[in-house]
Amino acid sequence: MRSLLSILLIGVPVTLILCLVGLSHGFIEDSQKRARGIGADILMRPKTSSFLSLNGAPIPQQLVAYIAKQPHVKMATGVFSVAAEGITLGATGINYHEFAQMSGGFRFLSGGPFQKPDDVIFDDYYANQTQSHVGDTITLLNSKWHVCGIMESGKLSHIVLPIDTLQERTGNQGNVNQIYIRVDDPANTQAAIRSLKDNPGLEGYPIFSMEEFTSLLNVNNIPALAGFIAVVMGIGVVIGFAVVCLSMYMAVLQRTREIGILKSLGASKSFILGIILSEAFFLGLGGTILGIVMSYGAAALIHALKPASLPMIIVYEWWPITGAITVAGALLGALYPGLTAAAHDPIEALSYE
Amino acid sequence: MNNGVNNGDIIQIRDLRKTYRVGKVDVPALRGVDLDVEKGHLLSIIGPSGSGKSTLFHIIGGLTPPTSGKVVVGGKDLSAMTDAERTRMRKRTVGFVFQKFNLLPNLTARDNIAVARYIGGTDARPEPEFEEVLRLLGIRERLDHKPNALSGGEQQRVAIARAIVNHPAILLADEPTGNLDTENSKAVLEVLRDLNRRLGQTILMITHNPEAAAYGDSTVHMRDGRITERT
Repeated sequence: MRSLLSILLIGVPVTLILCLVGLSHGFIEDSQKRARGIGADILMRPKTSSFLSLNGAPIPQQLVAYIAKQPHVKMATGVFSVAAEGITLGATGINYHEFAQMSGGFRFLSGGPFQKPDDVIFDDYYANQTQSHVGDTITLLNSKWHVCGIMESGKLSHIVLPIDTLQERTGNQGNVNQIYIRVDDPANTQAAIRSLKDNPGLEGYPIFSMEEFTSLLNVNNIPALAGFIAVVMGIGVVIGFAVVCLSMYMAVLQRTREIGILKSLGASKSFILGIILSEAFFLGLGGTILGIVMSYGAAALIHALKPASLPMIIVYEWWPITGAITVAGALLGALYPGLTAAAHDPIEALSYE
Repeated sequence: MNNGVNNGDIIQIRDLRKTYRVGKVDVPALRGVDLDVEKGHLLSIIGPSGSGKSTLFHIIGGLTPPTSGKVVVGGKDLSAMTDAERTRMRKRTVGFVFQKFNLLPNLTARDNIAVARYIGGTDARPEPEFEEVLRLLGIRERLDHKPNALSGGEQQRVAIARAIVNHPAILLADEPTGNLDTENSKAVLEVLRDLNRRLGQTILMITHNPEAAAYGDSTVHMRDGRITERT
């Protein structure tokens, strides 16, 4: 019972670490997948934006037509993205005709394209999350919208709106904050980027190839995330250390007589220490395995409740990292009880009741 | 008591003293013990509580060092040994049988015996000849049971098997019948005598009971940390 409880307590921080890593990687992977689904070759963003945020002055919408006339550019379309639900879920206004031409169009699971200015298209993740159906009227960004279609996830955004209406309702008429560009031949992408960057009218705008942009979307490029994960891992180590220390200390007290028996049989201090450390190793390993199992449960729960807002994935390469950290914490926690057990006087231990 | 040196003696003790420190008070447990035990002897040690017989056992068994004096067991001087050397000695030179059996409760009888083999640095499976010892002890059919499924007498016989599985030079039995009824006490004492007679196992047995002491080849009487008589 003591061991099972210890494994459970060790498993909880393992699950927390794996959930945190799974969510951060899930966000990135989801963003990459949706960016690739757009079908563009080049992306232009506002002057003071970063690859993660769209802060700064928006881009005048007239530039979309200007860019479309530049060398190697086959077509361009501007979009306007806003945060729909905190920082985890965005909505994007599009020119449906242009975007469909660039991306090949959405694959609708029900309903279809915008028919009216206040129409909204959800992807299946967000529709499931909000239990929305075609024909529903929903409140989004403080105004009413009519759900006209449910599309398959994987293109641009979980929520897609007519750009004119979104611009009007957010007071951003005549502005976009991203311009997607398709070139005449993918082999000309770098040449097109050079041409755009050299254009005096586009000076200061960050311009990326889509390949470069999606590669920038990784956990290591998100400020403070690595530090945050390290803090959570540290907490996991401390919890594992404390749980195992308490558990093994109790075990040593409970088994004082057994330790005396082993010593009377000739067991050395290192043998006794080895037994305690072995048990701690298996507690750490059991906690890791349970934590992994529970992370699947957490992922299933998150996917059922918030599939669009919290796109968690299972990150297998973190299993050995988390396992090593947990086992190290468990071994450290077992060291003091183990040394205490090893130092027991055999006669006192044998007379322990 | 014998102050001379006899090469047939497996235990030679000279002026053995042991003083325990209890708080700020020195408590003498042994006050100059001299004892020789021949190889293959079954020696009973009898005496009242506090006479020092358990302390004598613990020193002979290498569980605690002497304060002064000379203790040679199987040709090795325990008084000059480090804690680690005494630990190594316990693996193969002595085997213990306790009043409370002291079997590991989560292991079967077979595994209790195997643990002693493992700690002793040998294959966990006893040699085929050990089957004869198990037959002698009458526990061959009970080896797959855990201690809580065994009677007191069976547990003590398993403890004896564990104590001798590494062929120790000396078997130290501390009140081996103290927790047993008359019938089981008799069975255990007969087993000890059989082991001594058939296998030549040297045995030192502590007891309060004069009837149990009578199973020994000789009896040492202890009182106040000294040997007062050997009969």
